[in-house]
Amino acid sequence: MRTTDLKSGSLLEQALINGHFAVTAEIMPPKTPSASSITKKAELMRPFIDAANVTDNQSAVVRLASMAASRILIESGVEPVMQITCRDRNRMAIQSDVLGASALGIRNILCVTGDHQRFGNHPESKNVYDMDSIQLIRMLKRMRDDGLFQNDEPIANKKNGAPVPPEIFIGAAANPFAFPREYRPLRLIKKVNAGADFIQTQPIFDIDVFRKWVERIIELGIADRCHILAGLTPVRSVTALQYMRDHVPGMHIPEPVIQRMQGASDMEREGFEMAIETCREVIGMPGVHGLHIMAIGWEKIVPEIITALGLTPFRNPAGTDIDGKKDPT
Amino acid sequence: MIVADRKPLDEIIRLIGSARRIAIVGCGECVTVCHSGGEKNVLMLERELRMHSVATGAPIEVSGIVSRRQCDPEFNEDAAGDWDVIVSLGCGAGAQTLAAQFPSIRVIPGLNTRFMGAHTSLMRWEERCAGCGNCSIHLFAGLCPIARCSKSLLNGPCGGSFEGHCEIDRSIECVWQKIVDRLTEDGRLDTLDEVCPPKDWRTSGAGGPRVYTSEDN
Ligand code: SF4
Ligand code: SF4
Repeated sequence: MRTTDLKSGSLLEQALINGHFAVTAEIMPPKTPSASSITKKAELMRPFIDAANVTDNQSAVVRLASMAASRILIESGVEPVMQITCRDRNRMAIQSDVLGASALGIRNILCVTGDHQRFGNHPESKNVYDMDSIQLIRMLKRMRDDGLFQNDEPIANKKNGAPVPPEIFIGAAANPFAFPREYRPLRLIKKVNAGADFIQTQPIFDIDVFRKWVERIIELGIADRCHILAGLTPVRSVTALQYMRDHVPGMHIPEPVIQRMQGASDMEREGFEMAIETCREVIGMPGVHGLHIMAIGWEKIVPEIITALGLTPFRNPAGTDIDGKKDPT
Repeated sequence: MIVADRKPLDEIIRLIGSARRIAIVGCGECVTVCHSGGEKNVLMLERELRMHSVATGAPIEVSGIVSRRQCDPEFNEDAAGDWDVIVSLGCGAGAQTLAAQFPSIRVIPGLNTRFMGAHTSLMRWEERCAGCGNCSIHLFAGLCPIARCSKSLLNGPCGGSFEGHCEIDRSIECVWQKIVDRLTEDGRLDTLDEVCPPKDWRTSGAGGPRVYTSEDN
Protein backbone atom coordinates (compact mmCIF):
# COMPACT_ATOMS: atom_id res chain seq x y z
CA MET A 1 0.00 0.00 0.00
CA ARG A 2 1.43 3.33 -1.05
CA THR A 3 0.18 6.18 1.03
CA THR A 4 3.11 8.52 0.60
CA ASP A 5 2.71 11.40 -1.80
CA LEU A 6 -1.04 11.32 -1.57
CA LYS A 7 -2.47 14.54 -2.85
CA SER A 8 -5.79 14.29 -1.09
CA GLY A 9 -5.91 10.98 0.70
CA SER A 10 -9.26 10.24 -0.90
CA LEU A 11 -10.21 6.60 -1.24
CA LEU A 12 -10.45 7.07 -4.98
CA GLU A 13 -6.90 8.34 -5.08
CA GLN A 14 -5.70 5.48 -2.90
CA ALA A 15 -7.49 2.96 -5.09
CA LEU A 16 -6.01 4.32 -8.29
CA ILE A 17 -2.53 4.83 -6.93
CA ASN A 18 -2.50 1.23 -5.78
CA GLY A 19 -3.41 0.01 -9.23
CA HIS A 20 -6.89 -1.02 -8.21
CA PHE A 21 -9.43 -0.97 -11.06
CA ALA A 22 -11.68 1.73 -9.67
CA VAL A 23 -15.40 2.13 -10.14
CA THR A 24 -17.25 5.41 -9.81
CA ALA A 25 -20.92 6.02 -10.46
CA GLU A 26 -22.95 9.12 -11.00
CA ILE A 27 -25.55 10.30 -8.54
CA MET A 28 -27.68 13.14 -9.79
CA PRO A 29 -29.08 15.32 -7.00
CA PRO A 30 -32.86 15.81 -6.97
CA LYS A 31 -34.79 18.87 -8.10
CA THR A 32 -36.10 19.20 -4.55
CA PRO A 33 -34.48 19.74 -1.15
CA SER A 34 -34.85 16.04 -0.48
CA ALA A 35 -31.81 14.50 1.20
CA SER A 36 -33.50 11.10 1.34
CA SER A 37 -33.40 10.66 -2.42
CA ILE A 38 -29.62 11.04 -2.22
CA THR A 39 -29.19 8.71 0.74
CA LYS A 40 -31.33 6.08 -1.00
CA LYS A 41 -29.07 6.07 -4.03
CA ALA A 42 -26.04 6.12 -1.74
CA GLU A 43 -27.24 3.02 0.08
CA LEU A 44 -27.87 1.24 -3.18
CA MET A 45 -24.38 1.95 -4.52
CA ARG A 46 -22.30 2.01 -1.37
CA PRO A 47 -21.14 -1.63 -1.30
CA PHE A 48 -20.13 -1.58 -4.95
CA ILE A 49 -18.31 1.63 -5.81
CA ASP A 50 -15.20 3.54 -4.83
CA ALA A 51 -16.77 6.96 -5.17
CA ALA A 52 -19.85 8.67 -6.54
CA ASN A 53 -19.87 11.69 -8.80
CA VAL A 54 -22.31 14.38 -7.80
CA THR A 55 -23.29 16.42 -10.81
CA ASP A 56 -23.52 20.21 -10.74
CA ASN A 57 -26.83 21.37 -12.22
CA GLN A 58 -26.50 18.64 -14.80
CA SER A 59 -27.67 19.47 -18.33
CA ALA A 60 -28.17 23.01 -17.02
CA VAL A 61 -31.19 22.00 -14.95
CA VAL A 62 -31.40 23.45 -11.44
CA ARG A 63 -30.88 20.76 -8.81
CA LEU A 64 -29.78 20.47 -5.22
CA ALA A 65 -26.25 21.86 -4.87
CA SER A 66 -23.43 19.43 -5.58
CA MET A 67 -21.53 20.49 -2.45
CA ALA A 68 -24.50 19.79 -0.19
CA ALA A 69 -25.22 16.49 -1.92
CA SER A 70 -21.54 15.56 -1.60
CA ARG A 71 -21.69 16.10 2.15
CA ILE A 72 -24.87 14.03 2.38
CA LEU A 73 -23.01 11.23 0.59
CA ILE A 74 -20.16 11.41 3.09
CA GLU A 75 -22.67 11.05 5.88
CA SER A 76 -24.09 8.03 4.07
CA GLY A 77 -20.65 6.46 3.83
CA VAL A 78 -20.05 7.09 0.14
CA GLU A 79 -17.06 9.09 -1.02
CA PRO A 80 -18.14 11.92 -3.31
CA VAL A 81 -16.57 13.35 -6.43
CA MET A 82 -17.99 16.86 -6.41
CA GLN A 83 -18.46 18.28 -9.88
CA ILE A 84 -17.93 21.97 -10.62
CA THR A 85 -18.98 23.58 -13.87
CA CYS A 86 -17.71 26.87 -15.19
CA ARG A 87 -21.17 27.82 -16.36
CA ASP A 88 -22.69 29.10 -13.13
CA ARG A 89 -19.84 30.51 -11.07
CA ASN A 90 -16.95 32.86 -11.48
CA ARG A 91 -13.45 32.31 -10.09
CA MET A 92 -14.41 33.90 -6.77
CA ALA A 93 -17.42 31.67 -6.17
CA ILE A 94 -15.54 28.57 -7.28
CA GLN A 95 -12.59 29.14 -4.97
CA SER A 96 -14.93 29.81 -2.11
CA ASP A 97 -16.74 26.55 -2.90
CA VAL A 98 -13.44 24.68 -3.01
CA LEU A 99 -12.57 25.91 0.48
CA GLY A 100 -16.05 25.02 1.68
CA ALA A 101 -15.93 21.58 0.11
CA SER A 102 -12.55 20.92 1.65
CA ALA A 103 -13.85 21.97 5.07
CA LEU A 104 -16.72 19.53 4.62
CA GLY A 105 -14.33 16.67 3.92
CA ILE A 106 -14.87 16.53 0.17
CA ARG A 107 -11.63 15.28 -1.36
CA ASN A 108 -12.39 14.69 -5.05
CA ILE A 109 -13.40 17.49 -7.38
CA LEU A 110 -14.16 17.10 -11.06
CA CYS A 111 -13.78 20.19 -13.23
CA VAL A 112 -16.00 20.56 -16.26
CA THR A 113 -16.95 23.37 -18.61
CA GLY A 114 -20.65 22.56 -18.27
CA ASP A 115 -23.44 22.23 -20.80
CA HIS A 116 -24.68 25.52 -22.14
CA GLN A 117 -27.77 26.82 -20.32
CA ARG A 118 -29.84 26.67 -23.46
CA PHE A 119 -30.20 22.91 -22.87
CA GLY A 120 -31.64 23.35 -19.43
CA ASN A 121 -34.70 24.69 -17.68
CA HIS A 122 -33.51 28.30 -17.42
CA PRO A 123 -32.41 29.06 -20.98
CA GLU A 124 -33.09 32.75 -20.37
CA SER A 125 -30.35 33.01 -17.73
CA LYS A 126 -26.93 34.56 -18.23
CA ASN A 127 -23.97 32.22 -18.08
CA VAL A 128 -20.63 32.94 -16.46
CA TYR A 129 -17.78 31.08 -18.17
CA ASP A 130 -15.31 33.35 -16.43
CA MET A 131 -12.86 30.44 -16.76
CA ASP A 132 -12.77 27.29 -18.84
CA SER A 133 -12.29 23.80 -17.44
CA ILE A 134 -8.53 23.80 -18.07
CA GLN A 135 -8.03 27.08 -16.26
CA LEU A 136 -10.18 25.71 -13.46
CA ILE A 137 -8.00 22.60 -13.17
CA ARG A 138 -4.89 24.75 -12.98
CA MET A 139 -6.45 27.02 -10.37
CA LEU A 140 -7.29 24.02 -8.17
CA LYS A 141 -3.81 22.60 -8.58
CA ARG A 142 -2.23 25.88 -7.53
CA MET A 143 -4.56 26.10 -4.55
CA ARG A 144 -3.55 22.61 -3.48
CA ASP A 145 0.15 22.46 -4.39
CA ASP A 146 1.23 26.07 -3.95
CA GLY A 147 -1.34 27.19 -1.40
CA LEU A 148 -2.25 30.12 -3.61
CA PHE A 149 -5.48 31.63 -4.78
CA GLN A 150 -5.90 32.53 -8.42
CA ASN A 151 -4.73 36.07 -7.58
CA ASP A 152 -1.49 34.69 -6.01
CA GLU A 153 -2.55 35.50 -2.46
CA PRO A 154 -1.62 32.75 -0.02
CA ILE A 155 -4.32 30.52 1.42
CA ALA A 156 -3.46 31.10 5.08
CA ASN A 157 -5.27 31.89 8.29
CA LYS A 158 -3.19 34.94 8.98
CA LYS A 159 -0.76 37.18 7.16
CA ASN A 160 2.55 35.34 6.64
CA GLY A 161 0.99 32.31 8.32
CA ALA A 162 1.55 28.76 7.14
CA PRO A 163 -0.47 27.88 4.05
CA VAL A 164 -3.65 25.89 4.64
CA PRO A 165 -4.26 24.45 1.20
CA PRO A 166 -7.32 22.36 0.35
CA GLU A 167 -6.59 18.67 -0.15
CA ILE A 168 -8.11 17.68 -3.42
CA PHE A 169 -7.81 14.93 -5.98
CA ILE A 170 -8.44 16.76 -9.23
CA GLY A 171 -10.56 15.24 -11.94
CA ALA A 172 -11.38 16.26 -15.47
CA ALA A 173 -13.70 15.02 -18.16
CA ALA A 174 -12.70 13.91 -21.63
CA ASN A 175 -14.85 13.25 -24.65
CA PRO A 176 -13.02 10.97 -27.09
CA PHE A 177 -16.03 11.12 -29.43
CA ALA A 178 -16.28 14.89 -29.86
CA PHE A 179 -14.78 16.86 -32.71
CA PRO A 180 -12.18 17.62 -33.89
CA ARG A 181 -11.34 13.98 -33.10
CA GLU A 182 -7.58 14.28 -33.72
CA TYR A 183 -7.40 17.17 -31.31
CA ARG A 184 -9.04 15.32 -28.40
CA PRO A 185 -5.88 13.59 -27.13
CA LEU A 186 -4.00 16.89 -27.33
CA ARG A 187 -6.68 18.58 -25.28
CA LEU A 188 -6.33 15.81 -22.73
CA ILE A 189 -2.60 16.53 -22.50
CA LYS A 190 -3.50 20.12 -21.72
CA LYS A 191 -5.78 18.99 -18.92
CA VAL A 192 -3.11 16.72 -17.48
CA ASN A 193 -0.47 19.43 -17.79
CA ALA A 194 -2.84 21.81 -16.05
CA GLY A 195 -3.08 19.38 -13.14
CA ALA A 196 -5.75 16.74 -13.71
CA ASP A 197 -5.05 13.63 -11.64
CA PHE A 198 -7.86 11.52 -13.01
CA ILE A 199 -10.05 11.57 -16.08
CA GLN A 200 -13.58 10.34 -16.57
CA THR A 201 -14.70 9.94 -20.16
CA GLN A 202 -18.05 10.47 -21.82
CA PRO A 203 -20.04 7.25 -22.19
CA ILE A 204 -18.74 4.79 -24.73
CA PHE A 205 -21.10 3.57 -27.42
CA ASP A 206 -18.41 3.28 -30.09
CA ILE A 207 -15.66 1.09 -28.78
CA ASP A 208 -13.48 1.50 -31.88
CA VAL A 209 -13.30 5.27 -31.51
CA PHE A 210 -12.56 4.83 -27.82
CA ARG A 211 -9.83 2.27 -28.49
CA LYS A 212 -8.12 4.58 -30.97
CA TRP A 213 -8.26 7.42 -28.47
CA VAL A 214 -6.69 5.29 -25.74
CA GLU A 215 -3.96 4.06 -28.10
CA ARG A 216 -3.14 7.62 -29.01
CA ILE A 217 -3.03 8.58 -25.37
CA ILE A 218 -0.59 5.81 -24.62
CA GLU A 219 1.49 6.82 -27.65
CA LEU A 220 1.61 10.39 -26.37
CA GLY A 221 2.72 9.18 -22.95
CA ILE A 222 -0.21 10.59 -21.00
CA ALA A 223 -1.69 7.29 -19.84
CA ASP A 224 1.05 7.09 -17.17
CA ARG A 225 0.48 10.64 -16.01
CA CYS A 226 -3.18 10.36 -15.07
CA HIS A 227 -5.78 7.75 -14.23
CA ILE A 228 -8.37 7.15 -16.90
CA LEU A 229 -11.84 5.94 -16.00
CA ALA A 230 -13.86 4.81 -18.99
CA GLY A 231 -17.40 6.17 -19.13
CA LEU A 232 -20.39 3.89 -19.42
CA THR A 233 -24.09 4.64 -19.70
CA PRO A 234 -26.38 1.63 -19.60
CA VAL A 235 -29.53 2.34 -21.58
CA ARG A 236 -32.75 0.34 -21.53
CA SER A 237 -34.75 1.64 -24.46
CA VAL A 238 -34.30 2.74 -28.01
CA THR A 239 -36.06 6.04 -27.30
CA ALA A 240 -33.49 6.82 -24.61
CA LEU A 241 -30.68 6.14 -27.10
CA GLN A 242 -32.31 8.33 -29.73
CA TYR A 243 -32.95 11.07 -27.22
CA MET A 244 -29.32 11.05 -26.14
CA ARG A 245 -28.11 11.03 -29.73
CA ASP A 246 -30.30 13.97 -30.69
CA HIS A 247 -30.39 16.09 -27.55
CA VAL A 248 -27.41 15.48 -25.31
CA PRO A 249 -24.35 17.45 -26.35
CA GLY A 250 -21.22 15.45 -27.05
CA MET A 251 -22.99 12.13 -27.27
CA HIS A 252 -21.95 9.81 -30.08
CA ILE A 253 -24.24 6.83 -30.64
CA PRO A 254 -23.59 4.89 -33.85
CA GLU A 255 -26.53 3.62 -35.89
CA PRO A 256 -25.76 -0.13 -35.34
CA VAL A 257 -26.19 0.39 -31.58
CA ILE A 258 -29.65 1.86 -32.15
CA GLN A 259 -30.54 -0.92 -34.59
CA ARG A 260 -29.43 -3.58 -32.16
CA MET A 261 -31.64 -2.13 -29.47
CA GLN A 262 -34.51 -1.76 -31.91
CA GLY A 263 -34.31 -5.44 -32.76
CA ALA A 264 -34.26 -6.61 -29.14
CA SER A 265 -37.27 -8.39 -27.70
CA ASP A 266 -36.27 -7.42 -24.16
CA MET A 267 -34.64 -3.99 -24.32
CA GLU A 268 -33.72 -3.90 -20.67
CA ARG A 269 -31.88 -7.21 -21.00
CA GLU A 270 -30.22 -6.02 -24.21
CA GLY A 271 -29.12 -2.76 -22.59
CA PHE A 272 -27.58 -4.69 -19.73
CA GLU A 273 -25.78 -7.04 -22.14
CA MET A 274 -24.47 -4.13 -24.19
CA ALA A 275 -23.16 -2.45 -21.06
CA ILE A 276 -21.41 -5.62 -19.93
CA GLU A 277 -19.84 -6.13 -23.37
CA THR A 278 -18.49 -2.58 -23.39
CA CYS A 279 -17.10 -2.98 -19.88
CA ARG A 280 -15.38 -6.24 -20.74
CA GLU A 281 -13.68 -4.53 -23.67
CA VAL A 282 -12.39 -1.63 -21.62
CA ILE A 283 -11.38 -3.61 -18.55
CA GLY A 284 -8.66 -5.33 -20.53
CA MET A 285 -7.43 -2.20 -22.25
CA PRO A 286 -4.00 -0.93 -21.29
CA GLY A 287 -4.24 2.66 -20.16
CA VAL A 288 -7.72 2.28 -18.64
CA HIS A 289 -7.69 2.32 -14.86
CA GLY A 290 -11.33 2.26 -13.95
CA LEU A 291 -14.94 2.61 -14.90
CA HIS A 292 -17.30 5.54 -14.49
CA ILE A 293 -20.95 4.54 -14.70
CA MET A 294 -23.56 7.17 -15.51
CA ALA A 295 -26.85 5.28 -15.24
CA ILE A 296 -29.11 8.29 -15.37
CA GLY A 297 -32.57 7.17 -14.26
CA TRP A 298 -31.51 3.51 -14.09
CA GLU A 299 -29.34 3.54 -10.99
CA LYS A 300 -30.51 0.16 -9.78
CA ILE A 301 -28.65 -1.53 -12.64
CA VAL A 302 -25.30 -0.30 -11.31
CA PRO A 303 -24.84 -2.98 -8.61
CA GLU A 304 -25.87 -5.66 -11.12
CA ILE A 305 -23.32 -4.52 -13.67
CA ILE A 306 -20.52 -4.33 -11.14
CA THR A 307 -21.40 -7.73 -9.70
CA ALA A 308 -21.58 -9.31 -13.15
CA LEU A 309 -18.11 -7.96 -13.88
CA GLY A 310 -16.75 -9.30 -10.61
CA LEU A 311 -15.39 -5.90 -9.58
CA THR A 312 -15.05 -4.94 -5.95
CA PRO A 313 -14.28 -1.59 -4.39
CA PHE A 314 -10.89 -0.83 -2.97
CA ARG A 315 -10.72 -0.81 0.81
CA ASN A 316 -7.91 0.79 2.67
CA PRO A 317 -5.94 -1.53 4.97
CA ALA A 318 -7.85 -0.51 8.05
CA GLY A 319 -10.98 -1.70 6.32
CA THR A 320 -12.63 1.56 7.14
CA ASP A 321 -14.75 3.57 4.87
CA ILE A 322 -14.81 7.26 4.34
CA ASP A 323 -16.04 8.29 7.78
CA GLY A 324 -13.68 5.92 9.54
CA LYS A 325 -16.58 3.57 10.21
CA LYS A 326 -15.86 -0.15 9.86
CA ASP A 327 -17.16 -1.41 6.61
CA PRO A 328 -19.78 -4.09 7.17
CA THR A 329 -19.17 -5.82 3.83
CA MET B 1 -19.79 47.32 -37.52
CA ILE B 2 -22.79 47.43 -35.21
CA VAL B 3 -25.61 45.20 -36.33
CA ALA B 4 -29.18 46.00 -35.32
CA ASP B 5 -32.60 44.94 -36.46
CA ARG B 6 -35.89 46.71 -36.33
CA LYS B 7 -38.41 46.10 -33.62
CA PRO B 8 -41.76 44.75 -34.78
CA LEU B 9 -44.28 47.43 -35.75
CA ASP B 10 -46.70 46.37 -32.99
CA GLU B 11 -44.08 46.99 -30.36
CA ILE B 12 -43.14 50.39 -31.78
CA ILE B 13 -46.82 51.37 -31.88
CA ARG B 14 -47.27 50.27 -28.29
CA LEU B 15 -44.19 52.28 -27.21
CA ILE B 16 -45.43 55.37 -29.06
CA GLY B 17 -48.75 55.13 -27.22
CA SER B 18 -50.94 58.19 -27.64
CA ALA B 19 -48.17 60.51 -28.82
CA ARG B 20 -49.22 62.45 -31.89
CA ARG B 21 -46.20 64.39 -33.10
CA ILE B 22 -43.63 61.76 -33.97
CA ALA B 23 -40.10 62.05 -35.36
CA ILE B 24 -38.33 59.01 -36.74
CA VAL B 25 -34.59 59.49 -36.67
CA GLY B 26 -32.39 57.14 -38.66
CA CYS B 27 -28.61 56.95 -38.89
CA GLY B 28 -26.30 57.01 -41.87
CA GLU B 29 -23.69 54.62 -40.51
CA CYS B 30 -23.81 50.91 -39.54
CA VAL B 31 -27.58 50.56 -39.45
CA THR B 32 -27.82 51.95 -42.96
CA VAL B 33 -25.42 49.25 -44.08
CA CYS B 34 -27.40 46.47 -42.41
CA HIS B 35 -30.69 47.88 -43.70
CA SER B 36 -32.38 48.57 -40.41
CA GLY B 37 -32.04 52.29 -39.73
CA GLY B 38 -31.11 54.04 -42.99
CA GLU B 39 -33.15 56.45 -45.08
CA LYS B 40 -35.14 53.67 -46.69
CA ASN B 41 -36.04 52.20 -43.29
CA VAL B 42 -37.09 55.59 -41.96
CA LEU B 43 -39.43 56.04 -44.93
CA MET B 44 -40.80 52.57 -44.48
CA LEU B 45 -41.63 53.12 -40.80
CA GLU B 46 -43.17 56.49 -41.63
CA ARG B 47 -45.47 54.79 -44.11
CA GLU B 48 -46.35 52.01 -41.68
CA LEU B 49 -47.25 54.48 -38.94
CA ARG B 50 -49.40 56.54 -41.32
CA MET B 51 -51.26 53.45 -42.48
CA HIS B 52 -51.87 52.48 -38.90
CA SER B 53 -53.14 55.96 -38.16
CA VAL B 54 -55.57 55.80 -41.08
CA ALA B 55 -56.72 52.33 -40.05
CA THR B 56 -57.36 53.31 -36.45
CA GLY B 57 -58.54 56.83 -37.11
CA ALA B 58 -56.03 58.26 -34.61
CA PRO B 59 -54.40 61.26 -36.31
CA ILE B 60 -50.62 61.63 -36.16
CA GLU B 61 -47.94 63.88 -37.61
CA VAL B 62 -44.86 61.98 -38.55
CA SER B 63 -41.53 63.26 -39.90
CA GLY B 64 -38.51 61.28 -40.97
CA ILE B 65 -34.95 62.53 -40.44
CA VAL B 66 -31.67 60.79 -41.11
CA SER B 67 -28.74 61.83 -38.99
CA ARG B 68 -25.36 61.32 -40.56
CA ARG B 69 -24.11 59.67 -37.37
CA GLN B 70 -26.64 59.45 -34.57
CA CYS B 71 -24.10 58.66 -31.84
CA ASP B 72 -22.55 62.08 -32.37
CA PRO B 73 -24.69 65.07 -31.20
CA GLU B 74 -23.18 67.37 -33.78
CA PHE B 75 -25.00 65.46 -36.54
CA ASN B 76 -28.37 65.37 -34.77
CA GLU B 77 -29.35 69.03 -34.95
CA ASP B 78 -31.94 68.35 -37.65
CA ALA B 79 -33.78 66.14 -35.20
CA ALA B 80 -34.68 69.10 -32.98
CA GLY B 81 -38.38 69.92 -33.02
CA ASP B 82 -41.61 70.09 -31.17
CA TRP B 83 -42.09 66.31 -31.01
CA ASP B 84 -44.00 64.27 -28.46
CA VAL B 85 -41.78 61.36 -29.19
CA ILE B 86 -38.67 60.46 -31.15
CA VAL B 87 -38.40 56.93 -32.52
CA SER B 88 -34.70 56.25 -32.89
CA LEU B 89 -33.68 53.99 -35.72
CA GLY B 90 -30.08 54.11 -34.55
CA CYS B 91 -28.18 51.68 -32.39
CA GLY B 92 -28.41 51.94 -28.60
CA ALA B 93 -25.57 54.47 -28.58
CA GLY B 94 -27.39 56.63 -31.11
CA ALA B 95 -30.72 56.44 -29.29
CA GLN B 96 -29.07 57.45 -26.02
CA THR B 97 -27.32 60.34 -27.69
CA LEU B 98 -30.72 61.64 -28.84
CA ALA B 99 -32.22 61.11 -25.38
CA ALA B 100 -29.41 63.10 -23.78
CA GLN B 101 -29.52 65.82 -26.39
CA PHE B 102 -33.30 66.38 -26.25
CA PRO B 103 -34.15 65.80 -22.60
CA SER B 104 -37.70 67.15 -22.87
CA ILE B 105 -38.65 64.64 -25.59
CA ARG B 106 -39.37 60.99 -24.94
CA VAL B 107 -37.02 58.84 -27.05
CA ILE B 108 -38.01 55.28 -27.82
CA PRO B 109 -35.80 52.65 -29.41
CA GLY B 110 -37.00 51.45 -32.77
CA LEU B 111 -34.13 49.00 -33.19
CA ASN B 112 -32.73 46.13 -31.22
CA THR B 113 -28.96 46.49 -31.18
CA ARG B 114 -27.53 43.02 -31.61
CA PHE B 115 -23.77 42.73 -31.96
CA MET B 116 -20.49 43.80 -33.50
CA GLY B 117 -20.18 41.77 -36.61
CA ALA B 118 -19.00 41.33 -40.15
CA HIS B 119 -20.81 40.88 -43.44
CA THR B 120 -20.23 37.22 -44.27
CA SER B 121 -22.50 36.65 -47.24
CA LEU B 122 -25.22 38.58 -49.02
CA MET B 123 -27.42 40.24 -46.37
CA ARG B 124 -25.95 38.15 -43.57
CA TRP B 125 -23.90 39.45 -40.64
CA GLU B 126 -22.24 37.36 -37.96
CA GLU B 127 -20.91 38.30 -34.55
CA ARG B 128 -17.16 38.70 -34.54
CA CYS B 129 -16.11 40.77 -31.55
CA ALA B 130 -17.34 41.11 -27.99
CA GLY B 131 -15.31 44.25 -27.29
CA CYS B 132 -13.24 42.58 -24.58
CA GLY B 133 -10.76 45.45 -24.59
CA ASN B 134 -7.67 43.30 -25.02
CA CYS B 135 -7.62 41.74 -28.44
CA SER B 136 -5.81 38.43 -28.70
CA ILE B 137 -7.02 36.87 -31.93
CA HIS B 138 -3.38 36.42 -32.99
CA LEU B 139 -3.28 33.52 -30.53
CA PHE B 140 -6.21 31.83 -32.22
CA ALA B 141 -5.42 31.88 -35.92
CA GLY B 142 -7.14 35.24 -36.33
CA LEU B 143 -10.46 33.99 -34.94
CA CYS B 144 -12.07 35.22 -31.73
CA PRO B 145 -13.18 32.52 -29.27
CA ILE B 146 -14.51 35.12 -26.86
CA ALA B 147 -17.18 36.34 -29.22
CA ARG B 148 -17.57 33.25 -31.37
CA CYS B 149 -17.42 30.32 -28.94
CA SER B 150 -20.71 29.99 -27.06
CA LYS B 151 -18.75 29.49 -23.83
CA SER B 152 -15.85 31.87 -24.61
CA LEU B 153 -13.40 29.01 -24.09
CA LEU B 154 -9.73 29.85 -24.44
CA ASN B 155 -8.19 26.37 -24.29
CA GLY B 156 -9.74 24.39 -27.07
CA PRO B 157 -13.08 22.93 -28.05
CA CYS B 158 -15.55 21.72 -25.45
CA GLY B 159 -16.87 18.18 -25.49
CA GLY B 160 -19.98 19.23 -27.37
CA SER B 161 -18.26 20.24 -30.60
CA PHE B 162 -19.81 18.11 -33.33
CA GLU B 163 -18.82 17.92 -37.02
CA GLY B 164 -17.95 21.59 -37.11
CA HIS B 165 -21.10 22.74 -35.31
CA CYS B 166 -21.47 24.26 -31.88
CA GLU B 167 -23.31 22.17 -29.31
CA ILE B 168 -25.91 24.83 -28.76
CA ASP B 169 -27.20 24.94 -32.31
CA ARG B 170 -26.39 23.20 -35.55
CA SER B 171 -26.67 26.51 -37.39
CA ILE B 172 -23.72 27.91 -35.41
CA GLU B 173 -20.18 27.03 -36.38
CA CYS B 174 -17.84 25.78 -33.69
CA VAL B 175 -15.11 28.38 -33.84
CA TRP B 176 -12.73 26.00 -32.10
CA GLN B 177 -13.05 23.52 -34.94
CA LYS B 178 -12.04 26.36 -37.25
CA ILE B 179 -9.14 27.42 -35.03
CA VAL B 180 -7.80 23.87 -34.87
CA ASP B 181 -8.24 23.35 -38.64
CA ARG B 182 -6.52 26.58 -39.50
CA LEU B 183 -3.58 26.03 -37.16
CA THR B 184 -3.24 22.45 -38.39
CA GLU B 185 -3.08 23.69 -41.98
CA ASP B 186 -0.44 26.21 -41.02
CA GLY B 187 1.52 23.58 -39.06
CA ARG B 188 1.17 25.70 -35.93
CA LEU B 189 -1.16 23.56 -33.84
CA ASP B 190 1.47 23.39 -31.12
CA THR B 191 0.86 27.07 -30.36
CA LEU B 192 -2.20 25.84 -28.45
CA ASP B 193 -0.15 23.55 -26.19
CA GLU B 194 0.43 26.13 -23.48
CA VAL B 195 -2.47 26.61 -21.08
CA CYS B 196 -4.00 29.98 -21.88
CA PRO B 197 -4.45 31.71 -18.49
CA PRO B 198 -7.81 33.02 -17.28
CA LYS B 199 -8.70 36.28 -18.91
CA ASP B 200 -8.55 39.57 -17.09
CA TRP B 201 -12.09 40.76 -17.75
CA ARG B 202 -11.48 44.24 -16.34
CA THR B 203 -10.99 45.61 -19.83
CA SER B 204 -14.32 44.15 -20.86
CA GLY B 205 -17.64 45.36 -19.47
CA ALA B 206 -16.82 43.55 -16.20
CA GLY B 207 -14.69 46.54 -15.20
CA GLY B 208 -17.67 48.90 -15.35
CA PRO B 209 -18.67 51.26 -18.18
CA ARG B 210 -15.71 52.11 -20.34
CA VAL B 211 -14.47 55.47 -21.53
CA TYR B 212 -12.02 56.22 -24.27
CA THR B 213 -10.25 59.50 -24.83
CA SER B 214 -8.04 60.18 -27.81
CA GLU B 215 -5.04 62.44 -27.64
CA ASP B 216 -5.17 62.87 -31.36
CA ASN B 217 -7.07 65.86 -32.70
S1 SF4 C 1 -10.30 39.19 -28.57
FE1 SF4 C 1 -11.60 40.80 -27.66
S2 SF4 C 1 -11.26 42.63 -28.92
FE2 SF4 C 1 -10.45 40.86 -30.08
S3 SF4 C 1 -12.15 40.22 -31.41
FE3 SF4 C 1 -12.32 39.03 -29.52
S4 SF4 C 1 -13.68 40.18 -28.18
FE4 SF4 C 1 -13.02 41.57 -29.82
S1 SF4 D 1 -19.08 23.54 -29.49
FE1 SF4 D 1 -17.35 24.86 -30.05
S2 SF4 D 1 -18.19 26.94 -30.18
FE2 SF4 D 1 -19.70 25.69 -29.12
S3 SF4 D 1 -19.25 25.99 -26.96
FE3 SF4 D 1 -18.12 24.17 -27.59
S4 SF4 D 1 -16.10 24.88 -28.22
FE4 SF4 D 1 -17.43 26.69 -28.09
